[in-house]
Amino acid sequence: MIINHPLLGPRDSSEFTYLGDASLIDRPDWQAENAAEAFYEYGYLRDNPAGKHQELWFHEAGDRSWLVVTRDTTTHEISKVELARDLARARGRSK
Amino acid sequence: MHDLVAITALGGSEPQVDTVGGVTCREVPAVALASVASRMGQEASASKALAKLIGAPTPDVGQHAGETITAFWAGPDQWMIEAPFETHEDLADQVKSAMGDTASVTEQTDGWTRFDLNGDQIPAVLELLCMLDLRKFDAGCVARCSIHHVGCFVLCRSPESCSVYGPRSSAGSLHHAIVAAMRSAL
Repeated sequence: MIINHPLLGPRDSSEFTYLGDASLIDRPDWQAENAAEAFYEYGYLRDNPAGKHQELWFHEAGDRSWLVVTRDTTTHEISKVELARDLARARGRSK
Repeated sequence: MHDLVAITALGGSEPQVDTVGGVTCREVPAVALASVASRMGQEASASKALAKLIGAPTPDVGQHAGETITAFWAGPDQWMIEAPFETHEDLADQVKSAMGDTASVTEQTDGWTRFDLNGDQIPAVLELLCMLDLRKFDAGCVARCSIHHVGCFVLCRSPESCSVYGPRSSAGSLHHAIVAAMRSAL
């Protein structure tokens, strides 16, 4: 499997490690009223669709950037690779 | 006072040199290193300060630049700085005063060991060691990759000269990998 790194171009998947669902980017506000419930959902509940899936991958043997890879779980086709940093900032995160 | 003798990463008093065929692998201990990471919102001014420090445009993705003090790309808004140890023993301090509050600087000297490959058949050796696309790996290129499961930086200085940086604690393994590849390929 080849992951087309947005900065470095196509790299073999053996250079990467997988973390999990990209929803981990959306960490709840720990000071919110419903923090306990939000963190329960954040920690344990995942959508598991057959089809397009957004995943966090770490380029461990490369530039060590975090990527959000959009992969079809039925065909393994990778349709999109973005820097997790860019995606998080686009969603309004400051860090 | 202790009377300590400096040894190289491979444990010798002199840097180790291995020649196989037309390629020479040379241990290079006399390098000072520091890493630079731009602080959030300061990326543009950090890049400008770095260009001033190395006297060349700040290296873009997968590139290196500079003469005495060189910088090579390590990640988004991050670089490694290398300079001769003899004249830049306090490199991290020098880089920090050049970068000011635009970036965080970390001393890296002795965290890494460097092997220089010289000769006209370097691609034959590198293609056994790492998965880089060597057809696109010209002078000025740098890439981080795995060599025998050791995370390394490979710098192409000219078609006949490359440097490999690996963790100092894995110097022996990395040296073995390079020399074994040289013996196989040449």
